[in-house]
Amino acid sequence: MRPLKTLKQLYDEESHITWQEKGSPPRALFSGEDFLLEDVPVGTRIISARPPLEGVPNVKAAIRWAINHPEGMEPLHALLRPGMKVTLAVDDISLPLPPMRTPDVRQQVMEIVLELLADSGVDDVHIIIANALHRRMTEAEMKRMVGERIFDAFYPDRYYNHDAEDPDGMAEMERTSHGEVVRINRRAAESDLLIYVNINLVPMDGGHKSVGTGLADYESLRAHHNARTIRETESYMEPKRSALHRSVERIGRVVDKNLKVFHIETVLNNRMFDGPVEFLMKKEEDYTEFDRLKFQSMKYALSRMPRAAKRKLFFNIPAAYDVIGVFAGATEPTHDKTLELSWKQYSVPVEGQADIAIFGVPYVSPYNVNSIMNPLLLQVMGLGYLFNLNRGVPLVKKGGVIILTHPAYDEFDPEHHPSYIEFFNRLLPETRDAMVLEHRYEREFAKNPSYVHLYRKGNAYHGAHPFYMWYWGENGRQHVGKVIVAGAENNHVPELMGWERTDTLSEAIEQARGFMGRSASISLVKIPPILQVDVR
Amino acid sequence: MTTPLTKAAFYDVDGTLIRTNVVHAYAYYAMNRGSVLGTLGRSLSTLASLPLFGAMDSFNRKVFNEFFYQYYEGLSEDRLITLAEDLFEDVLKDALFKESKDLLDEARRSGCRNVLVSGALDFTIRPLARYLGVDDLIANKMQFVGGRATGKVIPPIIEGANKANVIRDYCVKHKLQLDKCHAYSDSASDYAMLTIVGRPTAVNPDSKLRSLARAYNWPILDLK
Repeated sequence: MRPLKTLKQLYDEESHITWQEKGSPPRALFSGEDFLLEDVPVGTRIISARPPLEGVPNVKAAIRWAINHPEGMEPLHALLRPGMKVTLAVDDISLPLPPMRTPDVRQQVMEIVLELLADSGVDDVHIIIANALHRRMTEAEMKRMVGERIFDAFYPDRYYNHDAEDPDGMAEMERTSHGEVVRINRRAAESDLLIYVNINLVPMDGGHKSVGTGLADYESLRAHHNARTIRETESYMEPKRSALHRSVERIGRVVDKNLKVFHIETVLNNRMFDGPVEFLMKKEEDYTEFDRLKFQSMKYALSRMPRAAKRKLFFNIPAAYDVIGVFAGATEPTHDKTLELSWKQYSVPVEGQADIAIFGVPYVSPYNVNSIMNPLLLQVMGLGYLFNLNRGVPLVKKGGVIILTHPAYDEFDPEHHPSYIEFFNRLLPETRDAMVLEHRYEREFAKNPSYVHLYRKGNAYHGAHPFYMWYWGENGRQHVGKVIVAGAENNHVPELMGWERTDTLSEAIEQARGFMGRSASISLVKIPPILQVDVR
Repeated sequence: MTTPLTKAAFYDVDGTLIRTNVVHAYAYYAMNRGSVLGTLGRSLSTLASLPLFGAMDSFNRKVFNEFFYQYYEGLSEDRLITLAEDLFEDVLKDALFKESKDLLDEARRSGCRNVLVSGALDFTIRPLARYLGVDDLIANKMQFVGGRATGKVIPPIIEGANKANVIRDYCVKHKLQLDKCHAYSDSASDYAMLTIVGRPTAVNPDSKLRSLARAYNWPILDLK
């Protein structure tokens, strides 16, 4: 007889897979800033996230324990000397998604670390947001991230965004064995100690990527943020099978050789929704009557609201993430611990690939917090993130169909994404070939003084960033046979992407079956909350 | 050997790089005319004409410039040049947007020649051009007879469509690729200058230019 422990494990591993039957409820899906409630064909495999892991009971105690018992390094207090120069670097607003309820875990880590620095006689302290070529965070966002006390004490002279285009602000180290340029923020590079405070939501974050990417500039990022490296990357979520991560690791090792880096990595669970919207974490089978009522009311209300108001509403609902682990110390051993826990939360075992994969695309991606999910970001969500959330084997078979539910509106935020507008309107009509785009236009966009200025002084993503978005979708583009956007409100956005459109999800499924055959297997991934399929 | 530059960035000046316009410059000259009575007379007449200037500027920049430069008639060249240096120190330097120099530096780093293209008179802008370290200055030239300004500008007047013509001629002369060049302006009256280059940008745009920039997907900068 199977022991009770094994039975429990079986239940846990399979509870996230539901098969659509005759009496199964319709499925709730995101479609940008709206909800859909759709019947899917009988036999569709519904893949849901694991339940949130329990948060640590006392976050500050966990942080203290981690910095006092680090991996592969001396405890933080033992590394400090009076009068030394210390820089704290922190992940930017692209993590976590959506932004978490305050106090942000970065604030909690910094409150402890800054107190320790002050007690150790370390006064020369700067806090740098490791935004790489992402947009600068606004003053209000910066304040929200670290809390009023730290903000008032450090902003703006000692708490600021990284500026990858500051001609005097970058320092170059020796090149890697592969000739990759290693150039990072000068203040960080010239510090006696760099403390990196990270948030890990998915396994592609953290580790060497923190410093090697977050504090780097365009010339350094070019080594791995290019179409070829992306094509050679089997799995983004497993650093060991990722050409991108191998390059980042080589860069990170040069950084570690030249600079003492103490990492503090935090892992969050997947509790994106709680309170009145907690039902969005559930399977439809588990909805109560009240949940159904709430869902229908929200769906109706959203369908009547202007899009900008819907965005405002969603971005005002912070996520209720709990901290499930804190690890500290040297880059690699610390990150190994982080990855182990991250997989435990986010990995969902799945038996076999599917001919057709359906993803509901929500209103937010890492690059449009407090902004618009423009067509390029829709592309990166579908073919970048959602396609790549796996461990080397994509959910959809080679030549299969991906269905995205989203209005695919032709809207851009000129403050955050000015270079995206030109990329979409000028370059995509010419070619969708990532190699050609990179070769012909990337440097021109990266060096465009208007885009450089908007990145440095405004809140714009760097001129090279839309290219990275396009490369990110490269593996998905090479792999799938067709992408259909269900509910696209226009023809030209899907057409420029090389996709097809339908009015409804049912029509998209019919079209996909027409392409893959009537007996095609269908999987629907319920995101958010975030999950990664582990296809066996 | 350095590689020759193949592109340029062309900047309108008034309202784009500095928060002032030719009216301020003229007012400065008027107030520094020389004699007390002359200064008073010219200042009062300038003050009285301001609403007219405003109306004409919004109606037609070319007519505005031609009308406006008549007010320089009779001023001596030496005096104007000396006053231009003072004008820069007293008015223009403070009116320069703090981020203007950053923008020019960014363009220079990207391999552009920096060229000012202004409807103002060349002697007025020259100290600013020197201060910004630009490679060239294209501006209106006042006609002088016997060392005194006639109030007439040597044609073609640099404004509107003519700005586009001089930019094209400049690119031909210096073997620059027009489609790789940048142009920056704050006003819809510079629409021709913006459309002739491959990389136009609206800077602190008026409402008309802002809507044009939105329609044509041009970047918009808000220099401070």
